[in-house]
Amino acid sequence: MRLLLTLFVVVISGCVQRMAATEPLRVCSDPNNLPFSNQRLEGFENKIAELVAGDLGTVVEYTWWAQRRGFIRNTLNAGLCDVVVGLPHDADAAWTTTPYYRSTYVFVARRARALHIRSFDDVLLRRLRVGVQVIGDDGANSPPAHALSRRGIVQNLVGFSVYGDYRLNSPPSRIVTAVADGEIDLAAVWGPLAGYFAARQREPLDVTPISTEVDGGLPLAFDLSMAVRRNDTVRLKQLNRFIDRHRADIERILDDFHVPRLTAREQGT
Amino acid sequence: MAMTTIRAQASFMHAPFCGRAVRTIFLLGLAVVLVACQQEEHTVGRKHINQESSLTPRLETQPSTGEDGNWVMPAKDYASTRFSGLDQINRDSVKQLGVTATFSTGFVRGHEAAPLVVNNTMYIVTPFPNVLYALDLTKPGAPVKWKYEPKPLAAAQGVACCDVVNRGASYAAGTIFYNTLDNRTIAVDAETGQPRWTTTLGDINKGETITMAPLVVKDKVLVGNSGGELGVRGWLTALFTDSGKIAWRAYHTGPDKDVLIGPRFKPFYEHSRGTDLGIHTWPGEAWKQGGGTVWGWISYDPTLNAIYYGTSNPGPWNEDQRPGDNKWTAGLFARDADSGEALWFYHTSPHDLFDYDDVNESVLVDLPMAGTTRKVILRPDRDGYIYVLDRLTGEALSADAFVHITSTNGIDLKKGRPIVNEAKKPVIGKVVREICPASPGGKDWSPSAYSPRTGYLYIPANNLCMDFESSEANYIAGTPYVGANVRMYAGPGGNRGEFIAWDPIARQKAWSIREDFPVWSGVVVTGGDVAFYGTLDGWFKAVDAKTGEVLWQFRTGSGIVSQPIAYQGPDGKQYVAVLSGVGGWSGAIVSGELDPRDTTAALGFVNAVADLPQATTKGGMLYIFGLP
Repeated sequence: MRLLLTLFVVVISGCVQRMAATEPLRVCSDPNNLPFSNQRLEGFENKIAELVAGDLGTVVEYTWWAQRRGFIRNTLNAGLCDVVVGLPHDADAAWTTTPYYRSTYVFVARRARALHIRSFDDVLLRRLRVGVQVIGDDGANSPPAHALSRRGIVQNLVGFSVYGDYRLNSPPSRIVTAVADGEIDLAAVWGPLAGYFAARQREPLDVTPISTEVDGGLPLAFDLSMAVRRNDTVRLKQLNRFIDRHRADIERILDDFHVPRLTAREQGT
Repeated sequence: MAMTTIRAQASFMHAPFCGRAVRTIFLLGLAVVLVACQQEEHTVGRKHINQESSLTPRLETQPSTGEDGNWVMPAKDYASTRFSGLDQINRDSVKQLGVTATFSTGFVRGHEAAPLVVNNTMYIVTPFPNVLYALDLTKPGAPVKWKYEPKPLAAAQGVACCDVVNRGASYAAGTIFYNTLDNRTIAVDAETGQPRWTTTLGDINKGETITMAPLVVKDKVLVGNSGGELGVRGWLTALFTDSGKIAWRAYHTGPDKDVLIGPRFKPFYEHSRGTDLGIHTWPGEAWKQGGGTVWGWISYDPTLNAIYYGTSNPGPWNEDQRPGDNKWTAGLFARDADSGEALWFYHTSPHDLFDYDDVNESVLVDLPMAGTTRKVILRPDRDGYIYVLDRLTGEALSADAFVHITSTNGIDLKKGRPIVNEAKKPVIGKVVREICPASPGGKDWSPSAYSPRTGYLYIPANNLCMDFESSEANYIAGTPYVGANVRMYAGPGGNRGEFIAWDPIARQKAWSIREDFPVWSGVVVTGGDVAFYGTLDGWFKAVDAKTGEVLWQFRTGSGIVSQPIAYQGPDGKQYVAVLSGVGGWSGAIVSGELDPRDTTAALGFVNAVADLPQATTKGGMLYIFGLP
């Protein structure tokens, strides 16, 4: 009897595992936002999603949605998918995994200018045309925009909307091409965006991490995680296991995309 | 107190064991609350003025031919009074009011538009996808005569800041003019439903949308854009009604030539005088993404040949990133109705700190003041003050608080600017509590109505304050940053809304009705001395325009965030119509199915109306009411 029961349990659990394995990994992603993701699956989040799916013996099924205000609410939390590959670890909207990378805002400049600016306190910042990413959501903007205005550096700032012009490829990238084109002298940009696009300009560009991780109480460096719906314990554990086992693979992908990284503060927690 | 009851039960509803018993308790609780609310309705500071006295304000722009029974523009008339002279429905007969027709629009997002009535046809515009329906009022049940589907780009939905709303249409010369969320102005043959022309005025890819109702003035239709939060540069555009070709466009930031500021521009106050202030009151090039959009109301004075309209808040920069007055955002323009040339500007919120868009209605009345009659504008503003401005000069004659205010310490009428309370300045990374009014203001776009019979302005008001709190990690387009946690909640008294009859001569409330929820509907007031408005939980109310006594009410299927109208049917009878269908900024928690636990959703509004999903459900429906 006990043998029968054991057999039964084994059979059932096998079925469950196989069923789970054949279900696709449902991911919500921005269709037009390199280096993170695009519909041609060219972003590092696309590569990581494929790695996760491969590990689970399944395939990725995408729901495409521009990553704007309400993205998590309209996609993950609306049940259109089960995983979002990139979200700040501290975000409230969903549960997040162990961080799989930590990056920071960087300064981007033409190498030929030899500016070597690393700090918001560099006196040159008052004289140059400095591009900043503008968000304007809930009265908030990118941390460098706040750090500069806190120092009274406002007259020479040029704003680049993170929304950009959505008809163009990877709309937020224009802040980097503006440096290469000489439209601005310097840009303070989120690392992954800067690293990827700086490497793709004909004009050699320097990408320099900003020297501080916190300025005036606002963080410039962020831990990035995958996100699942609140209470989706099973998926969270699954992804945490994946991140633990595949750190080297993830690192390789991030290297390929020139993502500047800091040592993850919360790694291994 | 009523609100506390609902809140407690709302959080109880989230418990996993929530079942039928809890629902029953909840419904019982709701009934108790509703009764309590009704008991709470009371008049304050009641003051009687002699209605027949010579002091009764007269309306300059009221047509002398009297009431024609139609409703051809959003605010009924160019003076934006939303006063209908029809008087069959009065304080006695209103009790017999009943539903004579209904119509489901088929959409569930916020319905903010006013129906139009002309030639025995009713026209209604839905939220996205902006379908225009013509209903035949000559037939029983008002069946659909035709419908026009502009099929706006689906992507426009992702650009709109606050629900995918539309505030209505205008009629002129056999044509319905209205706007689509994807930035088109469309002229549709009112008889056949065939489009006459379509002009694309903006680009959703740059963050622009259009949600406002256009106004037709002589041979031009006036349209403004939305999207101040997304780095849009705001404008008002005039198109020729016959061709759809652009006659002129006035921007609200940048050089004078773009703003149509020239020799005729004579602002009353010193701080609005100078050259290219639309550049010089901004740092560097910030004006290029300065906001100042036009998503509210336009009024027109035919005798002065001037239009009046307000501009939205500056954006997307933070206040410390845009030192200066940030002209010409968050203020009121007077322009020549033909050429668009600026005549004057009143800067309501120079260097806006609190998201106080200045898009609210400008009600044009002639008011007896200090022995003379002055042509004035009544403006119940987001900042919580009701302004009385001189129509000819832009001088602020008075500015009185109509709600609880902490964000400013009054208006300096000599300088023509608010006295900002520095302690309430929102700063990222700092906690600032009890900023009143909250960002939606003492009232938002929902338009008031003015009765030349009572002399009162009927104001749908909010009683909301907000905390600007410690920050949380946000993420847009792959870019992490720290946002502010904005939480809104009821102001003093605990009621979140109020329906106010304001006496502009006595400069105080004549009476008011406390409402549990923010009042987010427009108002119509009639020759029968009845004022109609709706509530977020779906009650459509008729109140005595003189005393504030609730005479009649009807529970519609969904919350009301639209603009009721009164008209005369083909049978010669008076009717009242309103769209029900909760949504917009205040109702997004229901129409957008936001999580009530996410207290900062809808820019913090969700916290203030977390109980709304228990009080109403979504769904767009037209109701027409008439007498037996």
